[in-house]
Amino acid sequence: MLETVNLRFEFRDEDLETGEITSDEVLHGISLKIEKGSFVAVLGHNGSGKSTLAKHFNAILTPTSGEVLVGGINTRDKKRLFDIRKSCGMVFQNPDNQIVAAIVEDEIAFAPENLGVEPHIIRQRVDSSLKAVGMYEDIHSETANLSGGQKQRVAIAGVLAMSPSCIVLDEPTAMLDPKGRREVLKIINHLNKSKKMTVVLITHFMDEAAMADRTIVIDEGKILLDGTPKEVFSHIDTLDGIGLDVPGVTRLIHRLRADGFSLPPDIITTDEAAGAILRLLKKDTQK
Amino acid sequence: MIKVENLNCIYGEGLPSEKQALFDISLEIPDGRICAVIGHTGSGKSTLIQHFNALLRPTSGKIYIDGLDITDKKTKLNDIRKKVGLVFQYPEYQLFEETVYRDIAFGPKNSGLSESEIDRRVRRAAELLEIREGLLKKSPFELSGGQKRRVAIAGVLATEPSVLILDEPTAGLDPKGRERILSIIGSLHREHPQMIIIFVSHSMEDVAKTAEDIIVLDHGRVYMHGSVDEVFADSSRLLETGLDIPEMSKLVLALKKSGVDINTDIYTPDAAYNRIKRILTENGG
Ligand SMILES: Nc1ncnc2c1ncn2[C@@H]1O[C@H](COP(=O)(O)OP(=O)(O)O)[C@@H](O)[C@H]1O
Ligand SMILES: Nc1ncnc2c1ncn2[C@@H]1O[C@H](COP(=O)(O)OP(=O)(O)O)[C@@H](O)[C@H]1O
Ligand SMILES: [Mg+2]
Ligand SMILES: [Mg+2]
Repeated sequence: MLETVNLRFEFRDEDLETGEITSDEVLHGISLKIEKGSFVAVLGHNGSGKSTLAKHFNAILTPTSGEVLVGGINTRDKKRLFDIRKSCGMVFQNPDNQIVAAIVEDEIAFAPENLGVEPHIIRQRVDSSLKAVGMYEDIHSETANLSGGQKQRVAIAGVLAMSPSCIVLDEPTAMLDPKGRREVLKIINHLNKSKKMTVVLITHFMDEAAMADRTIVIDEGKILLDGTPKEVFSHIDTLDGIGLDVPGVTRLIHRLRADGFSLPPDIITTDEAAGAILRLLKKDTQK
Repeated sequence: MIKVENLNCIYGEGLPSEKQALFDISLEIPDGRICAVIGHTGSGKSTLIQHFNALLRPTSGKIYIDGLDITDKKTKLNDIRKKVGLVFQYPEYQLFEETVYRDIAFGPKNSGLSESEIDRRVRRAAELLEIREGLLKKSPFELSGGQKRRVAIAGVLATEPSVLILDEPTAGLDPKGRERILSIIGSLHREHPQMIIIFVSHSMEDVAKTAEDIIVLDHGRVYMHGSVDEVFADSSRLLETGLDIPEMSKLVLALKKSGVDINTDIYTPDAAYNRIKRILTENGG
């Protein structure tokens, strides 16, 4: 569905006074394949290149060298820009910066209208997209009056109205409160599990990464780790080394294992941790 | 000390849009405490703390800071702002001076201090907020998000308040950025042991790591108020209002529910590790 081949990207800056051009390579040869219908979380601290990578997935940026293919289309192909944007939508971090219309309904209709989609189809898409994110009741609400979580759900609906097969979300929950975060995560999970959409979720929250099928850790413009969340979080020392968190229970079980307790090495949720500790206790009482 | 007596706040009183945001709040915060304010969005956290520096005036009720009645119309705003520094949510959007130095100096300049005193304060605040000397000459717009936020906090700290209030200081930062702000709050506390530090947060891990006391607001009322130990020991009450609890509290509750003899006052990673290790050892694991 998404593929990058030795993707390198540099930002170029021109000094207005001297005309001198400086360049700064921020992605250093990223190659990865994201399968259709998968749920991929991307971790990495600020400045590691996550957003720059994400912007390649709907051709906001194109590679300095290497290739990016979205549903088989090379993002360098300017004539296919609409097709790329239609098949892969993006949602950004700040709920206040990405909503343009005053009324929810208009916000959702905006992109398909621009693409010349027929009015009765737009109508259907607006309704179904809002229903998919649980915001249909707010169809006539003013966007300014919505909570952060609601705004993000409207932004997601705006993407769904293009009926894409893939959605890339760049820290969509970073500015939300826990309730808003839960709402948005539920929708993201639903889009992946029930609607089989390909999801790329950039996040700083370990529990969000744990929801994914696959977690990719980016560090200084390179892929550092790539695997299931269980595999990735088992590299505690590597993650510590670059100052990234792991789930608290993963660290706890890791410490207990170092003390010699025979607990499994791949615990990433509280339920799994409780289960493993209970099993160890039960086993002991049976002796 | 901060003392709040029967504080009520009604926005737009008398208008059709009238909305009561705070209901009969009474509480005390002793000197030298780090106090977290938690609660759902809309529960009144920002409204409450904006009363502490008289940005908002109570509809009724009294607030005393170090004995000064800040709700008395005769009390000068300047005297209040000298005592109480408030850092807004996402304060980095409010930097506007040409250099970082001037942004930090803005507050102390306004209180009519001498140049040398202003300079001392700017440098001291920059040091505490881990802002390197070299950054002081830069434009705030050249800085990263985390750096900008620290500059904004330094600007408030440079007024040397006896109460420092931060509205969601770690919101939107990455784990490293959060960690940094929290450790700075810790070191401010050690540097100024008498200063009251109040911060609003949605992250229970941040609160567990940094705060000593917690005020839980729910629908404009004080729902819980106590030491971190007391509030988190009663984490099922937090769950009842739909709030999050620390990850270790979740684990402890799950173990307890399955019959493990473990106290719910465990909420930090170290305490959980020590207790669970003991349980496993005692059971011959
Ligand atoms: N428009 C830009 N011009 C120049 N450099 C940029 C620009 N946007 C980002 N960068 C730099 O590229 C690097 C990667 O940034 P970004 O992709 O935003 O990282 P992340 O999303 O992981 O925080 C950083 O060093 C950042 O400073
Ligand atoms: N300036 C205002 N005018 C009218 N209502 C407001 C204003 N500011 C906040 N409110 C309302 O007061 C309540 C408490 O808001 P706030 O203190 O911002 O909560 P929190 O900081 O806990 O999210 C909310 O219902 C909010 O809508
Ligand atoms: Mg980013
Ligand atoms: Mg608030």
